Amino acid sequence: MTNPPTPQSGSPDKEPVSEAQAAQNALGNTERAEVATKPGGSASTPEPEQKPSLGRLFMDNLWAANTFTVTLLSLVLAIVVGAVLMIISDPAVLSTYSYITSRPSDAITSSWTLVSEAYANLFKGSVFDPEAFSGWLNGTGSWQAVLAPISETLTYAAPLVFTGLSVALAFRGGLFNIGAQGQATIGVIMAALAGFLLPLPPGLHLLVAVLAGALGGAIWGFIPGILKARAGAHEVINTIMLNYVATYFLTWLIVQNGVQDPNRTDAISKAVDTSAQLPRLLGDNLRVHAGILLAVLATWAVAWLLNRSTLGFELRAVGANPDAARTAGISVTRTYILIMVFAGILAGLGGSNMVLGSTASALTPLVVAQIGFDGILVALLGRVKPWGVLLAALLFGALQAGGNRMQSYSGISLELVTVLQALIVIFIAAPALVKAIFQLRAARAARLQTSLAKGW
Amino acid sequence: MEPGEIHALLGENGAGKSTLMNVLYGLYQPDEGEILVDGKPLKLKGPSDAIGAGIGMVHQHFMLVPVFTVAENIMLGAEQVRGGIAGFLDRRRARREVTEVSERYNLRVDPDAVIEDLPVGIQQRVEIVKALTRDVDLLILDEPTAVLTPQETEELLTVMRSLKAAGKSIVFITHKLGEVKAIADRITVIRRGKTVGTASPDASRDELAALMVGRNVRLTVDKAPATPGEPVLEVTGLVVDDDRQIRAVDGVDLTVRAGEVLGVAGVQGNGQTELIEAIMGLRPVLAGTVSLVGDRIDGWKPKKVLRAGVGYVPEDRSVDGLIKEFSVAENLVLDIYDRPPFGAGLALKPDAIAASAKERIEQFDVRTSSADASVGTLSGGNQQKVIVARELSRPLKLFIAAQPTRGVDVGSIEFIHSQIIRERDIGTAVMVVSSELDEVIGLADRIAVMYRGRIIGIVGPDTPREEIGLLMAGISPDVAHERNTDAVPGDGPATDGSPASGPGSASEDEA
Repeated sequence: MTNPPTPQSGSPDKEPVSEAQAAQNALGNTERAEVATKPGGSASTPEPEQKPSLGRLFMDNLWAANTFTVTLLSLVLAIVVGAVLMIISDPAVLSTYSYITSRPSDAITSSWTLVSEAYANLFKGSVFDPEAFSGWLNGTGSWQAVLAPISETLTYAAPLVFTGLSVALAFRGGLFNIGAQGQATIGVIMAALAGFLLPLPPGLHLLVAVLAGALGGAIWGFIPGILKARAGAHEVINTIMLNYVATYFLTWLIVQNGVQDPNRTDAISKAVDTSAQLPRLLGDNLRVHAGILLAVLATWAVAWLLNRSTLGFELRAVGANPDAARTAGISVTRTYILIMVFAGILAGLGGSNMVLGSTASALTPLVVAQIGFDGILVALLGRVKPWGVLLAALLFGALQAGGNRMQSYSGISLELVTVLQALIVIFIAAPALVKAIFQLRAARAARLQTSLAKGW
Repeated sequence: MEPGEIHALLGENGAGKSTLMNVLYGLYQPDEGEILVDGKPLKLKGPSDAIGAGIGMVHQHFMLVPVFTVAENIMLGAEQVRGGIAGFLDRRRARREVTEVSERYNLRVDPDAVIEDLPVGIQQRVEIVKALTRDVDLLILDEPTAVLTPQETEELLTVMRSLKAAGKSIVFITHKLGEVKAIADRITVIRRGKTVGTASPDASRDELAALMVGRNVRLTVDKAPATPGEPVLEVTGLVVDDDRQIRAVDGVDLTVRAGEVLGVAGVQGNGQTELIEAIMGLRPVLAGTVSLVGDRIDGWKPKKVLRAGVGYVPEDRSVDGLIKEFSVAENLVLDIYDRPPFGAGLALKPDAIAASAKERIEQFDVRTSSADASVGTLSGGNQQKVIVARELSRPLKLFIAAQPTRGVDVGSIEFIHSQIIRERDIGTAVMVVSSELDEVIGLADRIAVMYRGRIIGIVGPDTPREEIGLLMAGISPDVAHERNTDAVPGDGPATDGSPASGPGSASEDEA
């Protein structure tokens, strides 16, 4: 890179807050210098503002931030640590290590077999299974079997997109929404109630049920929002507490008359009417449902809201510098409330997916699973950017789907997937560690900051 | 520095006083030059080296843990333990030390009081005791009176005298002339990072003021005589509190007319910030009225005030003026993003924003690699130009600029000044608040001097700067009296600020 020193980097009265920022400035300058040199001599012709497409945004992320490299390397590290855990937890493989000095090939072969098969099953269960494909070609298998892994991945990913967006949106506005779980819980309750209590025609019924879920989440987001704006109560504490309230409200509600399935004695509600269920996209044998389409739509909507709307401008301004936002006439309190309501709507939609989609059709105490908490991880992994969140949710969905197959075929516990997810996030949250392990250049790593470290 | 001396370091904000002292305390490393202690050069790698060399510092913003007791705070960093490996904290010993030190220097503090319950003056005393328990010979007080009420200031001066009597040396950083004259043995004036003079406390206030604000770099602003029109901003009897609920603006009356520049001069911290924040709707007005072309605007939200045609350059650009993470283009529409042509309904118009940004960047000569560069990468002067460009790019009735050229290079200063005058000449009422006297004199058609929350005098720009300096120090000379239109008697330290310090002595006894 041949960058002439830009005037900015040399100004004596620049005020870099820290070394990191200084490095960031320098980096920013070099990058812009590169961009500036690209058009060659035609710099004077004004370039029309390009509409950022998905691909463009992806490339921007890849190019502008070195975060992509770290994310990728974090994945690699997590897979390596996961492999070690598999070996340790398998007594047969572990026993070969007792005589490793005499016959090292045993230990290496058995470890390799175990790990490679496990990860192969993870892949086959989530993305593509070559055997199913050849089966389909031979005529012995169906096309559904080929698409089954993808279908599973998308089914698991859909709710995570919503909760991830919820956390990411709030974070961009300077709020740490730990409450996506609670908002999703209230969302699932409202969606299910609308789903089996309201006798509505198909189509309308689904719409009402989805909106009911969004409304539920909105209410549960509004509460910490208004508490933050009016009383200065910290949203982290309040959202955590509201998670408990929501969870136990669900537990209580399920066994009430009119809600509980009259044919059952255990804690399960009536099933949602088929008229309120999200249609399956690839026939009844595959679980993927319209929720994933809604998720993509929501991602686009959040991206538009953040980057192209006045509201998003306010939100980002408040998130980055509330003082300057206030001075510029933006109502910080109003923005805080709106942020939490929007975050709640998104989480509520994620909750609706859990009961209106194909994962479950009735309320149980665990119907929302961990989507709210996983949403925090997804947001972090997606670097709190909408399209990044979508990709991160797909990855987490794939890990879930592949984990199921890994468990049944390789006997590796499904919990290992959870450990893998945790490891990925830990490595991402500690970019310095990844940097040190892979000896990344300091200047590049300087702009990596832990996405969610702010706000405490 | 000599033993038992109080050396005052005097200079305006940003003159380099605090930086110098931070170097002395080992927080910053000097680029060149050396520090001599007892004739020997000293290399300080960090504050612990400085403490080892007998240098202690009381920061402007206290370094205390609010939920710890006084004794715990004092032992922090030098914890005494007993019980060997179990390592019990020896609180009793810490408490004894506190009592001992406070008795020796007559600094009354209760070792068991919790910091957050103590008034600011006492917290500062804790900081001093903390430094003294580390056996320092040289104590640096960085603007110790900036946060104190007049009564607390008096107490601090008493403490300093007793420390001096005990043979400790004190470096006293301030920009308040009165205190310097009251306590210092020797005065060094710093301006723009250079020592511009040393004076004895016998020097008159205006001599010191002149040294402080400097007269060698007189910035001249070419401008035609003003043609004042109708009053645009009228402020009557304005009363405003600062963040600590202490009266900051205490009955201010002001009028700014169309086509004139009213300069507000005064030493930092005499209520100028609170005055403009109240006008902008950023701070509640407790009494009095603010009118813009006849409309009462006190109680309006900032957005409404801005929409009514008020442009505002805030004092601290990095805190209130800009969002560093945002691009130059975004910062250029920070307060008009939702108005046509930049926003329509809920949608932003990126094309309009980019086009306008390009135009502003050219018009205001903002040196940036692109409009999409984040504003944090720009130099201070260019950052300030972004704010000025933003505020002057819409039709204004009133333009308020606070410290418009602080931390800005000379070239940008001239440019910003010329833009301010240009705005005046198209008939906008302009109010410039600055602690740089040169700036006020250069720009203003009338100068209002603020002192302790009041306008102590309004004078013309050709008033001798000594006279303005005196007003800034709270003295209204006879000459100034004659010219004053609505002068408040300025000899009132007894009355000024007295409602503020109520809780001080009371809670001290409780603690």
